[in-house]
Amino acid sequence: MAIFYIYILLLFMIIAAIIAVETKYLLGAVICIGAVGFGASIMFLFLRAPDIAITQIVVEVLGLIILIRACISRELTFISGPREFFGVVVSVVIIFVIFLAGIRVLETLPDFGTAIFAEAPEAASQTYIAEGLQKTGAANIVASVILDFRAYDTLGEATVLFTAIIGATVIMRRKPKKLLEDE
Amino acid sequence: MPYALCFLLFVIGLYCAVVKKNMVKIVIGIMVMEYAVNLFLIMLGYRLGGIAPIVGKEDVAGAGGQVTDLFVSSSVDPLPQALVLTAIVISLGSLALMISICIRTYEKYGTFDITEIRRLKG
Repeated sequence: MAIFYIYILLLFMIIAAIIAVETKYLLGAVICIGAVGFGASIMFLFLRAPDIAITQIVVEVLGLIILIRACISRELTFISGPREFFGVVVSVVIIFVIFLAGIRVLETLPDFGTAIFAEAPEAASQTYIAEGLQKTGAANIVASVILDFRAYDTLGEATVLFTAIIGATVIMRRKPKKLLEDE
Repeated sequence: MPYALCFLLFVIGLYCAVVKKNMVKIVIGIMVMEYAVNLFLIMLGYRLGGIAPIVGKEDVAGAGGQVTDLFVSSSVDPLPQALVLTAIVISLGSLALMISICIRTYEKYGTFDITEIRRLKG
Protein backbone atom coordinates (compact mmCIF):
# COMPACT_ATOMS: atom_id res chain seq x y z
CA MET A 1 0.00 0.00 0.00
CA ALA A 2 2.89 2.35 0.73
CA ILE A 3 4.11 2.09 -2.84
CA PHE A 4 0.70 3.26 -4.11
CA TYR A 5 0.94 6.44 -2.02
CA ILE A 6 4.51 6.93 -3.26
CA TYR A 7 3.33 6.84 -6.88
CA ILE A 8 0.47 9.27 -6.16
CA LEU A 9 2.79 11.72 -4.41
CA LEU A 10 5.42 11.49 -7.16
CA LEU A 11 2.80 12.25 -9.83
CA PHE A 12 1.53 15.17 -7.72
CA MET A 13 5.06 16.55 -7.42
CA ILE A 14 5.71 16.20 -11.16
CA ILE A 15 2.45 17.97 -12.07
CA ALA A 16 3.16 20.77 -9.60
CA ALA A 17 6.70 21.13 -10.98
CA ILE A 18 5.39 21.35 -14.57
CA ILE A 19 2.90 24.06 -13.54
CA ALA A 20 5.66 25.92 -11.68
CA VAL A 21 7.89 25.81 -14.74
CA GLU A 22 5.28 26.78 -17.31
CA THR A 23 3.07 29.38 -15.58
CA LYS A 24 3.42 33.07 -16.46
CA TYR A 25 2.83 34.35 -12.94
CA LEU A 26 5.91 34.34 -10.74
CA LEU A 27 3.95 34.26 -7.49
CA GLY A 28 1.96 31.26 -8.76
CA ALA A 29 5.20 29.51 -9.67
CA VAL A 30 6.48 30.12 -6.13
CA ILE A 31 3.29 28.65 -4.63
CA CYS A 32 3.63 25.59 -6.89
CA ILE A 33 7.23 25.07 -5.82
CA GLY A 34 5.91 25.13 -2.25
CA ALA A 35 3.49 22.35 -3.24
CA VAL A 36 6.43 20.32 -4.61
CA GLY A 37 8.36 20.81 -1.37
CA PHE A 38 5.50 19.85 0.94
CA GLY A 39 4.75 16.85 -1.26
CA ALA A 40 8.41 15.86 -0.81
CA SER A 41 8.08 16.14 2.97
CA ILE A 42 5.02 13.83 3.02
CA MET A 43 6.96 11.49 0.72
CA PHE A 44 9.81 11.36 3.23
CA LEU A 45 7.31 10.29 5.89
CA PHE A 46 6.19 7.37 3.68
CA LEU A 47 9.84 6.50 3.04
CA ARG A 48 10.37 6.19 6.82
CA ALA A 49 12.53 9.27 7.24
CA PRO A 50 10.78 11.42 9.89
CA ASP A 51 13.82 13.60 10.64
CA ILE A 52 14.07 14.69 7.03
CA ALA A 53 10.33 15.34 6.82
CA ILE A 54 10.54 17.76 9.77
CA THR A 55 13.62 19.51 8.36
CA GLN A 56 12.03 19.74 4.91
CA ILE A 57 8.92 21.47 6.29
CA VAL A 58 11.00 24.06 8.19
CA VAL A 59 13.32 24.71 5.25
CA GLU A 60 10.36 24.87 2.84
CA VAL A 61 8.58 27.56 4.88
CA LEU A 62 11.75 29.68 5.13
CA GLY A 63 12.50 29.18 1.42
CA LEU A 64 8.96 30.24 0.46
CA ILE A 65 9.35 33.42 2.52
CA ILE A 66 12.65 34.20 0.77
CA LEU A 67 11.19 33.51 -2.70
CA ILE A 68 8.07 35.60 -2.05
CA ARG A 69 10.33 38.45 -0.89
CA ALA A 70 11.94 38.33 -4.33
CA CYS A 71 8.69 38.35 -6.33
CA ILE A 72 6.37 40.65 -4.37
CA SER A 73 5.75 44.21 -5.56
CA ARG A 74 7.73 43.76 -8.75
CA GLU A 75 6.01 45.27 -11.75
CA LEU A 76 7.83 43.48 -14.58
CA THR A 77 7.06 39.90 -13.65
CA PHE A 78 5.74 38.93 -17.10
CA ILE A 79 8.65 37.68 -19.19
CA SER A 80 7.09 35.55 -21.87
CA GLY A 81 8.69 33.22 -24.31
CA PRO A 82 11.85 31.16 -24.17
CA ARG A 83 15.28 32.16 -25.44
CA GLU A 84 16.34 32.00 -29.10
CA PHE A 85 14.57 29.24 -31.00
CA PHE A 86 17.70 27.38 -32.13
CA GLY A 87 19.20 27.33 -28.63
CA VAL A 88 15.94 26.03 -27.15
CA VAL A 89 15.73 23.20 -29.67
CA VAL A 90 19.34 22.17 -29.05
CA SER A 91 18.83 22.32 -25.26
CA VAL A 92 15.66 20.23 -25.38
CA VAL A 93 17.32 17.60 -27.59
CA ILE A 94 20.33 17.38 -25.27
CA ILE A 95 18.09 17.11 -22.19
CA PHE A 96 16.03 14.38 -23.90
CA VAL A 97 19.20 12.41 -24.69
CA ILE A 98 20.32 12.78 -21.08
CA PHE A 99 16.89 11.50 -19.97
CA LEU A 100 17.09 8.41 -22.20
CA ALA A 101 20.64 7.64 -21.06
CA GLY A 102 19.60 8.08 -17.42
CA ILE A 103 16.68 5.68 -17.84
CA ARG A 104 19.09 3.07 -19.21
CA VAL A 105 21.38 3.61 -16.22
CA LEU A 106 18.49 3.29 -13.76
CA GLU A 107 17.67 -0.15 -15.19
CA THR A 108 20.89 -1.46 -13.68
CA LEU A 109 19.77 -0.55 -10.16
CA PRO A 110 17.97 -3.19 -8.11
CA ASP A 111 14.19 -2.93 -7.82
CA PHE A 112 12.64 -0.27 -5.65
CA GLY A 113 12.26 -1.48 -2.07
CA THR A 114 15.18 -3.88 -1.92
CA ALA A 115 17.77 -2.75 0.58
CA ILE A 116 21.02 -2.40 -1.36
CA PHE A 117 23.08 -1.77 1.75
CA ALA A 118 21.94 -5.00 3.40
CA GLU A 119 23.71 -7.10 0.77
CA ALA A 120 27.12 -5.97 2.04
CA PRO A 121 27.43 -7.13 5.66
CA GLU A 122 30.43 -4.88 6.33
CA ALA A 123 28.71 -1.74 5.00
CA ALA A 124 28.87 1.36 7.16
CA SER A 125 25.08 1.56 7.33
CA GLN A 126 24.87 -1.93 8.87
CA THR A 127 27.41 -0.93 11.51
CA TYR A 128 25.49 2.22 12.34
CA ILE A 129 22.22 0.34 12.74
CA ALA A 130 23.67 -2.55 14.76
CA GLU A 131 26.04 -0.62 17.02
CA GLY A 132 24.75 2.96 16.95
CA LEU A 133 22.88 2.73 20.25
CA GLN A 134 25.69 0.80 21.90
CA LYS A 135 28.46 3.19 20.85
CA THR A 136 26.79 6.59 21.06
CA GLY A 137 23.79 6.15 23.34
CA ALA A 138 21.43 7.87 20.88
CA ALA A 139 18.17 6.07 20.16
CA ASN A 140 17.80 7.96 16.88
CA ILE A 141 20.38 6.44 14.54
CA VAL A 142 20.28 9.43 12.16
CA ALA A 143 21.16 11.77 15.02
CA SER A 144 23.97 9.48 16.08
CA VAL A 145 25.36 9.53 12.52
CA ILE A 146 25.27 13.31 12.02
CA LEU A 147 26.41 14.23 15.51
CA ASP A 148 28.84 11.43 16.34
CA PHE A 149 30.02 9.15 13.54
CA ARG A 150 30.16 11.90 10.93
CA ALA A 151 30.42 15.03 13.05
CA TYR A 152 33.00 16.59 10.71
CA ASP A 153 30.34 16.58 7.98
CA THR A 154 28.10 18.65 10.22
CA LEU A 155 30.99 21.03 10.95
CA GLY A 156 31.54 21.43 7.21
CA GLU A 157 27.81 22.01 6.72
CA ALA A 158 27.88 24.79 9.31
CA THR A 159 30.86 26.35 7.50
CA VAL A 160 29.12 26.27 4.13
CA LEU A 161 25.92 27.71 5.60
CA PHE A 162 27.88 30.49 7.33
CA THR A 163 29.72 31.36 4.11
CA ALA A 164 26.49 31.44 2.08
CA ILE A 165 24.77 33.72 4.59
CA ILE A 166 27.82 36.03 4.71
CA GLY A 167 27.67 36.23 0.91
CA ALA A 168 23.93 37.02 0.95
CA THR A 169 24.48 39.70 3.62
CA VAL A 170 27.28 41.34 1.63
CA ILE A 171 25.18 41.37 -1.56
CA MET A 172 22.09 42.77 0.16
CA ARG A 173 24.04 45.45 2.09
CA ARG A 174 22.68 48.97 1.66
CA LYS A 175 24.70 52.13 1.06
CA PRO A 176 28.27 50.85 1.34
CA LYS A 177 29.68 54.32 0.53
CA LYS A 178 28.04 55.85 3.59
CA LEU A 179 29.59 53.18 5.79
CA LEU A 180 33.00 53.91 4.32
CA GLU A 181 32.62 57.66 4.94
CA ASP A 182 31.71 57.07 8.56
CA GLU A 183 34.97 55.29 9.22
CA MET B 1 9.79 2.81 -11.78
CA PRO B 2 9.80 5.33 -8.88
CA TYR B 3 13.44 5.97 -9.76
CA ALA B 4 12.39 6.88 -13.32
CA LEU B 5 9.68 9.29 -12.10
CA CYS B 6 12.23 10.87 -9.78
CA PHE B 7 14.60 11.30 -12.72
CA LEU B 8 11.74 12.86 -14.73
CA LEU B 9 11.36 15.45 -11.94
CA PHE B 10 15.11 16.16 -12.20
CA VAL B 11 14.84 16.61 -15.98
CA ILE B 12 11.94 19.07 -15.54
CA GLY B 13 14.14 21.13 -13.23
CA LEU B 14 17.05 20.94 -15.68
CA TYR B 15 14.81 22.12 -18.54
CA CYS B 16 13.59 25.05 -16.43
CA ALA B 17 17.13 26.08 -15.47
CA VAL B 18 18.47 25.87 -19.02
CA VAL B 19 15.65 27.26 -21.19
CA LYS B 20 13.83 29.93 -19.16
CA LYS B 21 14.74 33.63 -19.36
CA ASN B 22 13.43 34.69 -15.95
CA MET B 23 16.03 34.66 -13.16
CA VAL B 24 13.53 33.54 -10.51
CA LYS B 25 12.41 30.71 -12.81
CA ILE B 26 16.03 29.54 -13.03
CA VAL B 27 16.24 29.49 -9.24
CA ILE B 28 12.98 27.49 -9.16
CA GLY B 29 14.46 24.96 -11.59
CA ILE B 30 17.52 24.52 -9.39
CA MET B 31 15.22 23.95 -6.39
CA VAL B 32 13.27 21.25 -8.28
CA MET B 33 16.55 19.50 -9.11
CA GLU B 34 17.53 19.59 -5.43
CA TYR B 35 14.23 17.97 -4.39
CA ALA B 36 14.63 15.25 -7.01
CA VAL B 37 18.18 14.35 -5.93
CA ASN B 38 17.22 14.28 -2.25
CA LEU B 39 14.24 12.04 -2.98
CA PHE B 40 16.37 9.69 -5.08
CA LEU B 41 18.96 9.25 -2.31
CA ILE B 42 16.29 8.53 0.29
CA MET B 43 14.61 6.04 -2.08
CA LEU B 44 17.89 4.16 -2.47
CA GLY B 45 17.97 3.45 1.26
CA TYR B 46 14.32 2.43 1.53
CA ARG B 47 13.18 -1.14 1.95
CA LEU B 48 9.61 -2.33 1.60
CA GLY B 49 7.95 -2.78 4.98
CA GLY B 50 10.89 -1.13 6.71
CA ILE B 51 10.77 0.91 9.88
CA ALA B 52 12.35 4.26 10.68
CA PRO B 53 15.90 4.05 12.10
CA ILE B 54 14.84 4.96 15.63
CA VAL B 55 15.37 2.38 18.38
CA GLY B 56 12.23 1.80 20.42
CA LYS B 57 11.89 0.08 23.76
CA GLU B 58 11.00 -3.28 22.23
CA ASP B 59 14.06 -3.21 19.94
CA VAL B 60 16.64 -3.30 22.76
CA ALA B 61 17.83 -6.85 23.41
CA GLY B 62 20.51 -6.57 26.10
CA ALA B 63 21.45 -4.22 28.91
CA GLY B 64 24.52 -2.91 27.03
CA GLY B 65 22.50 -1.32 24.24
CA GLN B 66 22.38 -4.34 21.94
CA VAL B 67 19.58 -4.08 19.38
CA THR B 68 17.52 -7.06 18.23
CA ASP B 69 18.17 -8.81 14.94
CA LEU B 70 14.64 -7.88 13.85
CA PHE B 71 15.55 -4.19 14.08
CA VAL B 72 18.80 -4.71 12.15
CA SER B 73 16.99 -6.59 9.38
CA SER B 74 14.02 -4.22 9.04
CA SER B 75 15.40 -0.71 9.58
CA VAL B 76 15.89 1.56 6.56
CA ASP B 77 19.32 2.96 5.72
CA PRO B 78 20.28 5.81 8.10
CA LEU B 79 23.35 7.00 6.16
CA PRO B 80 21.59 8.67 3.17
CA GLN B 81 19.12 10.21 5.59
CA ALA B 82 21.93 11.85 7.55
CA LEU B 83 23.64 13.15 4.42
CA VAL B 84 20.37 14.43 2.87
CA LEU B 85 19.62 16.23 6.14
CA THR B 86 22.89 18.13 5.62
CA ALA B 87 22.11 18.81 1.95
CA ILE B 88 18.63 20.22 2.67
CA VAL B 89 19.98 22.79 5.11
CA ILE B 90 22.76 23.78 2.70
CA SER B 91 20.19 24.23 -0.09
CA LEU B 92 18.44 26.84 2.06
CA GLY B 93 21.69 28.83 2.36
CA SER B 94 22.36 28.65 -1.37
CA LEU B 95 18.74 29.66 -2.09
CA ALA B 96 19.18 32.77 0.07
CA LEU B 97 22.40 33.63 -1.82
CA MET B 98 20.79 33.16 -5.26
CA ILE B 99 17.68 35.17 -4.36
CA SER B 100 19.77 38.03 -2.97
CA ILE B 101 21.70 38.14 -6.26
CA CYS B 102 18.33 38.26 -8.12
CA ILE B 103 17.04 41.11 -5.94
CA ARG B 104 20.19 43.22 -6.42
CA THR B 105 20.11 42.60 -10.17
CA TYR B 106 16.49 43.73 -10.28
CA GLU B 107 17.34 46.91 -8.38
CA LYS B 108 20.18 47.68 -10.80
CA TYR B 109 18.54 46.76 -14.14
CA GLY B 110 14.80 46.88 -13.40
CA THR B 111 14.09 43.45 -14.86
CA PHE B 112 14.51 39.74 -14.18
CA ASP B 113 15.10 39.02 -17.89
CA ILE B 114 18.61 37.63 -18.28
CA THR B 115 18.80 38.54 -21.99
CA GLU B 116 18.53 42.24 -21.10
CA ILE B 117 21.27 42.18 -18.50
CA ARG B 118 24.12 43.10 -20.80
CA ARG B 119 25.90 46.04 -19.22
CA LEU B 120 28.68 44.21 -17.43
CA LYS B 121 30.56 46.95 -15.65
CA GLY B 122 31.75 47.32 -12.09
